[in-house]
Amino acid sequence: MLEFTLRRLAATIPVLLGILLIAFIVLYLIPGDPAQTVAGPRADAETLARIAEEMGLNQPLHQRFFSYLKRTFSGDLGSSAVSGKPVLESVVEKLPFTLKLAAIAMSFSIILGILAGIISAITQGRWLDRVCTFFSVAGISIPVFLSGLVFLYVFAVRLKWFPSSGFAAENSLMPFILPAFTLGIRSAAFLARIVRSSMIEVLNQDFIRTARAKGLSPMRILFRHGLVNALIPVITVIGLDLSSYLNGSVIVETIFDLPGIGRFAMDAILQRDYPVIQGIVLLGALVFILVNLLVDLLYAWINPKIRDEMLGKLAR
Amino acid sequence: MKTLLRNLTLAGWLSFIGIALVLLVAIFAPLLAANDPMETDPLRRLSREEGFPLGCDQLGQCVYSRLIYGARLSLIIGFSARLSSLLIGLAIGLAAGYAGGWLDWFLMRIVDMFLAFPSLLLAIAVSMVMGSGIKTVIFALAIVGWAEMARIIRSAALELRSAEYVLAARTLGASHLRIVLTHILPNCLPLITVIFTMGMATAVLSEASLSFLGLGVDPSLPTWGGMVASAKDYMLRRPELVVYPGLCIAFLVIVFNIFGDELRDILDPSRKGNW
Repeated sequence: MLEFTLRRLAATIPVLLGILLIAFIVLYLIPGDPAQTVAGPRADAETLARIAEEMGLNQPLHQRFFSYLKRTFSGDLGSSAVSGKPVLESVVEKLPFTLKLAAIAMSFSIILGILAGIISAITQGRWLDRVCTFFSVAGISIPVFLSGLVFLYVFAVRLKWFPSSGFAAENSLMPFILPAFTLGIRSAAFLARIVRSSMIEVLNQDFIRTARAKGLSPMRILFRHGLVNALIPVITVIGLDLSSYLNGSVIVETIFDLPGIGRFAMDAILQRDYPVIQGIVLLGALVFILVNLLVDLLYAWINPKIRDEMLGKLAR
Repeated sequence: MKTLLRNLTLAGWLSFIGIALVLLVAIFAPLLAANDPMETDPLRRLSREEGFPLGCDQLGQCVYSRLIYGARLSLIIGFSARLSSLLIGLAIGLAAGYAGGWLDWFLMRIVDMFLAFPSLLLAIAVSMVMGSGIKTVIFALAIVGWAEMARIIRSAALELRSAEYVLAARTLGASHLRIVLTHILPNCLPLITVIFTMGMATAVLSEASLSFLGLGVDPSLPTWGGMVASAKDYMLRRPELVVYPGLCIAFLVIVFNIFGDELRDILDPSRKGNW
């Protein structure tokens, strides 16, 4: 396990540095002079030169990259070009909204996805399975902005079950239900697929036949023997979900007017606030890498067979 | 090809017909459209005039004709983006899988980097750096999509590398390039067909999302995602204007997903049921 952990970490570090390099290059390629942005449009040439010197813009590129690395590792993701506020500060401020949204979305997705997956697996090939399969394909295919707008129109505007705007109250749950459901459907559909196929695989294994031959009740076999083993791949899906929630939150938070990270990103996009966008993209990539690292370690810890397999891949 | 047709299930046939239908609509758009999709008229704003089958949008443009022409942009952008991803993914994946060793390690770390970025946000960042336009959207989607393809092709090439016929060709003195092009690549074709088709669904969806956020092609062009975006501001008066283009996107994505699934079950049975 120690060897696996070390090797897995060793594979992560170059990726981490590479991501920082890409983020740095993107910031470098962005049109416009950063000194000009800081100084404002009416600054004279002298002030511009001074600010460029202060910001280290005159240094050679590799030095600028190293100071960028240093700043990033000390938690400085740059500041907004519009408000001047540090990106990290704004992100921390807005994170609770997005986390709450993601947590509720994930609960929806886990309940719906696992339930649909099990039903599909035990009715394999029959009409109920077909219905579940169709809904999971539809759930993956329908764009988040369409389902979001339809839910908003039907449940908030027409039926008035949920508020349609005014989401400042952080303590209330209601405003989050519809957007979380919108986000959750997609991952529920993914999850249903995975649970179905891994459940079918597990139910065809010898130990299930043994359990059946022992005369255990079908329910007990399903939950005690089948589900526990079929749920291992679910960890991966949940890890991937975290990244897709960041993508989805850009659209969902815009539609439902939630002041989270996604909305923050969208506002930055509309205002061409490059440092903010770069900071959020970088943060998203870092979260993805860390979550994947955790998922792989968790996997390896749960199942030594998988660990050896992955170790073989890493060593090659 | 014969086995393919014989093994297609009902869902497979239906999805195939669906794709063909959208393709035909895209090709014959000028014949099917009732009006010029770009012609605006403030007097027709959100009206339901005669000669405009689905009414007009907020600029007085014919919604039906824009939907018809939207099929063109969706397919053209989706296909070009997928093709670009495929070419990059093929080059990187074959090189990594066939060469192995440090080159494989190095290339796969680059793939890991690109997989780590949140895809929609990366596409947004790319399109902001490059400025809007059809080429930008295709490029942005290719940047987002190639890594997954490279990874899948690499693992296929890795397996094929140790096949007996590769060893035989090697012993006969065939060059590495020749082996990759005449032995490895043809054997990857079924897999490539599968990931290309399934990826079309993702590409169409991503293009729609970018257009919806106003970061796709020129908003005056008829794209389904852009139509949803502009219709959402008038949703209280004409909710169906959101639903029409939305359903078009969903339909195209669903048929590509089902057809891709079907192709996978037939061409690559070992991955049956997986994604």
